[in-house]
Amino acid sequence: MTQPALLSVIELKRYFDVGRGDQLKAVDGISFDIYKGETFGLVGESGCGKSTAGRTILGLYNKTDGEVLYDGQSVHDMTSKERRHFLKRMQMIFQDPYASLNPRSTVYEIITEPMQIHGLYKTKKEMRNRVNELLEDVGLSGDHANRYPHEFSGGQRQRIGIARSLALDPEFIIADEPISALDVSVQAQVVKLLQRLQREKGLTYLFIAHDLSMVKYISDRIGVMYLGHMVELTTSAQLYEKPLHPYTEALLSAIPIPDPDIEELRERILLQGELPSPINPPSGCVFRTRCPYAMQVCAELKPKWLEKESGHFVACHLHDEKVMARNDTIVVPELSQ
Amino acid sequence: MNEHQFDNANALVCNRNEDLDRQKGKNRKTVSTEKVLTVEELHVSFKTFGGEVQALRGVSFELYKGETLAIVGESGCGKSVTANTIMGLIPQPPGRIKNGKVLFKGKDLTKLSKAGLRKIQGVDISMIFQDPMTALNPTLQIGEQLTEGYRTHHKVSKANAREKAIEMLELVGIPNPEERLKQYPHQFSGGMRQRIVIAIALICEPELLIADEPTTALDVTIQAQILELFNEIQEKTGVSIILITHDLGVVAKIADRIAVMYAGKVIEIGEKREIFYTPQHPYTKGLLNSVPRLDLKEEELQPIEGTPPDLFAPPVGCPFTARCPFAMDVCDRVYPETTHLTKNHAVNCWLQDERAKLVFT
Repeated sequence: MTQPALLSVIELKRYFDVGRGDQLKAVDGISFDIYKGETFGLVGESGCGKSTAGRTILGLYNKTDGEVLYDGQSVHDMTSKERRHFLKRMQMIFQDPYASLNPRSTVYEIITEPMQIHGLYKTKKEMRNRVNELLEDVGLSGDHANRYPHEFSGGQRQRIGIARSLALDPEFIIADEPISALDVSVQAQVVKLLQRLQREKGLTYLFIAHDLSMVKYISDRIGVMYLGHMVELTTSAQLYEKPLHPYTEALLSAIPIPDPDIEELRERILLQGELPSPINPPSGCVFRTRCPYAMQVCAELKPKWLEKESGHFVACHLHDEKVMARNDTIVVPELSQ
Repeated sequence: MNEHQFDNANALVCNRNEDLDRQKGKNRKTVSTEKVLTVEELHVSFKTFGGEVQALRGVSFELYKGETLAIVGESGCGKSVTANTIMGLIPQPPGRIKNGKVLFKGKDLTKLSKAGLRKIQGVDISMIFQDPMTALNPTLQIGEQLTEGYRTHHKVSKANAREKAIEMLELVGIPNPEERLKQYPHQFSGGMRQRIVIAIALICEPELLIADEPTTALDVTIQAQILELFNEIQEKTGVSIILITHDLGVVAKIADRIAVMYAGKVIEIGEKREIFYTPQHPYTKGLLNSVPRLDLKEEELQPIEGTPPDLFAPPVGCPFTARCPFAMDVCDRVYPETTHLTKNHAVNCWLQDERAKLVFT
């Protein structure tokens, strides 16, 4: 891809103070670019920092360190006027369609709130037309505008949330687990809707989810996170066919496939143990405590973010020829960090 | 050093292959024909301010010894109500078992007194709940929670109960069981807590284990560990399992038979391969087509349009009519009879009727 990135995340860190001087390193130095018109999937298990990353990118959280550049401009160093303009371009869809809509507002009020804040329409009629248009875009009808959220099912509510995020005609949408609260058959409906809107409006998505099969289906490229770090980043086809990081490999093999014959013949890598605490993460590579291939060097050195093939990044010593070639690295203590 | 690593890696691969062989043998097991549980025409309703919700509208199935029956369906289809009714956990009122039987060891569980039920709950039938964070009492050591049921039902000494608890923790794969007994739930991670919940459910050696979405609250890598554990436990103890889930991947991995529920009815039931490879009901087909698959490259998701019907006033005919691409006039008016396709495969759909072939030619 030769075009400049629409969104650049550079060594982004977000720590939370948890008392007694301890810090929870929710996001600990992740970097990636998102290009116009693509869908970038961010996956990982709960607690890996994917939602914190999404919220920090939008500026809902302050950054601890690093940089988020949207169209060349730093998201965290904007004047309030610039920020207001920026929010017209980037919007968010939230996970829980039951919690993210105000139960005391009608659908009309929910969808027009962003328009009123930004003073987009002069007359009521214009606004009403726009709401009808948005509702039709997401597969509801204008008649639904005067109802309250409790009158809708989960899938319909998520459609309302999507209509709200489209109200300002943004070009970039962060979707934070937009389908995980929905039923299987409804998940497919919402994903199809998101894809159609992307085609029609030329949207760019950051799609955050833990369900790797759905992410693979919708994304062009995928970043895999583990304990605040990005461990692998590549195209979604490449990720499934040729995963490089042992964590990605284990994650893929852990996901059951709805096909009994295939499921029976699959090799499964069972990871031992559970996620370590992000307050006191392991030294060196954060995955080493559960990694079936862990070496001594993994405890001493943080793996480098390497581009193994064009566009295929991985952070693992097994793929670092320099580390693997040096037999002595394993016992050199001054390299530890 | 590098050579050493390779040895390790080889050992890993070998272990995995052995596991695989064992698993293959296991999945091809022949299920016994001895019935553990028979559910007949179960109707359950709940009174609410908005009227009566007909949660179950005639659910029937059988469970054989040593098998895993998965009940799948979307939220609100009645799968959890089915489990709770078998377990005797429907609060009455507002709930009411209007009709039907749950036959276990020759007794109808729906007719038993509270005291009679208590002799069965946790002893012969036990249940695992979805959320391991809330299923355990945060103020009690897990040793006490483990032995509570065992001591109530078996009248044994504390020391004996403790021994049994240690044995159970070993069975579910918790290291250092002696020390762990004295710890509290917050000292365990989510996956470990679910293991403890499973140990509690199994301590009285039940014949039937009901697992209601046991891995939904867990991460995939932990889910894989727990599913493996279910397989091991069934192999060791021969317990029959009713697994309630919405995840078809989980079902493909551990179920022997599958019952598909929709709007309070079982619309299709059959062996795992029959349901996955020759599904007959349009809803079953739709469900299978609406989940994305990790192993396929270019696939088209086909969502089922629309939403399930309102159970305050369920349709008289087939409840799937409004969403069914093959709906005929009759579907809306009369509920289809059960068609038995093979020994285990049965479906309720008008498309199975001889006359439907005249419509679709």
